Amino acid sequence: MLDVVNLRHTYGEGPNAHQALGGIDLKVAEGELVCVVGPSGCGKSTLLRSIAGLIQPTEGQIRIRDAAVAETPGDLAVVFQDYSRSLFPWMSVGENVALPLRRRGKDRAARRAAAAEALEAVGLSAASGKYPWELSGGMQQRVAIARALAYRPSLLLMDEPFGSVDAQTREDLEDLVLRVREHHRMTILLITHDIDESVYVGDRVVVLSKSPARVAGELSVNLPSPRDQIATRELPAFVHLRAEVGRLVRAKDQVPGA
Amino acid sequence: MSVTTAPEDLRGAGGPSTARSSGTWRRAFAAVLTRVWLIPVVIVAWEAGTRQAESVYFPPPSQIVVRMHELWLSGPASHLFLTEEATDNFLPSLGRLFGGWAIACVLGIVLGIALGRSRTLFDYVNPIAEFARAVPPPALIPLFIIIFRIGTPMQLATIVYTVVWPILINTIDGARYLDRLYADTAQVFGVSRSQRFFRIILPAAAPKIFAGMRVSLSMAVILMVVSELVGSTNGIGFLIQYKQQSFDLSGMWGGVVLLGLLGYVLNATFLFVERRVLSWHRQARQTT
Repeated sequence: MLDVVNLRHTYGEGPNAHQALGGIDLKVAEGELVCVVGPSGCGKSTLLRSIAGLIQPTEGQIRIRDAAVAETPGDLAVVFQDYSRSLFPWMSVGENVALPLRRRGKDRAARRAAAAEALEAVGLSAASGKYPWELSGGMQQRVAIARALAYRPSLLLMDEPFGSVDAQTREDLEDLVLRVREHHRMTILLITHDIDESVYVGDRVVVLSKSPARVAGELSVNLPSPRDQIATRELPAFVHLRAEVGRLVRAKDQVPGA
Repeated sequence: MSVTTAPEDLRGAGGPSTARSSGTWRRAFAAVLTRVWLIPVVIVAWEAGTRQAESVYFPPPSQIVVRMHELWLSGPASHLFLTEEATDNFLPSLGRLFGGWAIACVLGIVLGIALGRSRTLFDYVNPIAEFARAVPPPALIPLFIIIFRIGTPMQLATIVYTVVWPILINTIDGARYLDRLYADTAQVFGVSRSQRFFRIILPAAAPKIFAGMRVSLSMAVILMVVSELVGSTNGIGFLIQYKQQSFDLSGMWGGVVLLGLLGYVLNATFLFVERRVLSWHRQARQTT
């Protein structure tokens, strides 16, 4: 599905150049939910922006369904961390969700119906006529998820999607993602700095090292489905996995001689 | 693990307004009173001062109002009581004012967005624009008179040339500093070019554009008068000069008062419209 080969990216030139990605190899299979974890500032967002076609990586290849990514692929959606700037405040919630659907060649009625359906899937049917800023942060992020759902992408990228909401909302949103993914059979690449979250949500966790980022390790998550916020998190397997991921994140965190 | 949310945590927009007691009304009335009390005081002082001075050049406001009424508001009911002098001069003035401002708005917004979104274009055009902007517009009136002759086209050119700048500069600013996440979102979701213009860039820049349009509107009144003083056969500016030359000083003052009222009404109307169109902007800023 997604195939990233030896991806490198350097910002700037000369002595001020900053190498963000130091050769990343990553594969995501059809229908898989892969979490990418790494220390903050390690280049996770650069990786996501490269896959989304928002920046041109310095070196390496990105292929989605065997087609090289040059510009933003048409069947890709992104949920950004900062919902308040990714939803347009001058459009109602319904308009925000329906906006990208014009590209799908749908007429007005079909766009509206698709938007209503997506909002229903995230539990926000009643909010269609409201403005994003009338909603709480967690609800705004759900609108952003609904917009991505309505777009029906084959690959959904999520950039620290729950980084700006409170703990309770975060758990709700994690379960929401698991449910819609089950329902829509989507391939998801989720970027996070939260180790617990990556294990709870993912089928597989890819750990990145400190900048310049490389893949420090990979773990398959074989936890029973459907997952449950309380029961899953107390399984010995969960505790073991999060320790493993934690160790991988920490291992590369230590600077020799420091 | 239900993630659906009960409607009560949808924050309503009209929440606080429902609980308005008579106490708040009294406070609102008192607030208005503290703001406007000075106006009658100034008018009374003006009246007293001019009566005391008894100068022909400074008639008292009561005389000005009477003169304004007989000159412009004593017409037939079928013409909304407007006299011929009023319709023959006010309408052309308003036409130039709004025509010039409207042309400037369209030009300023379209060019501003193009320049704001294209670095290369901006680098080419900016030095020329800076020079053109530095030329005081009244200095160009003689040139415009040669090109367009005396009349409305020349006046329109003068107004447009002057009032386009605040709109243009504000629009460039608003379009250039488009939030990166807005741009990223538009690109990721493949929003088409025209949609990007009308539904993302234009609304995002709207607060700045409106600020420019407001400045331009008051400048348009000034330039309307200036262009009518210099070369015109009708209009409010022409009327003021004509009254002065025919020694109808109350009538001349009437024109001045009329312009003050016009500017005030225009600004208030503009603010009212702006508040409606940009309600999302004010409210989004309050909550985030």
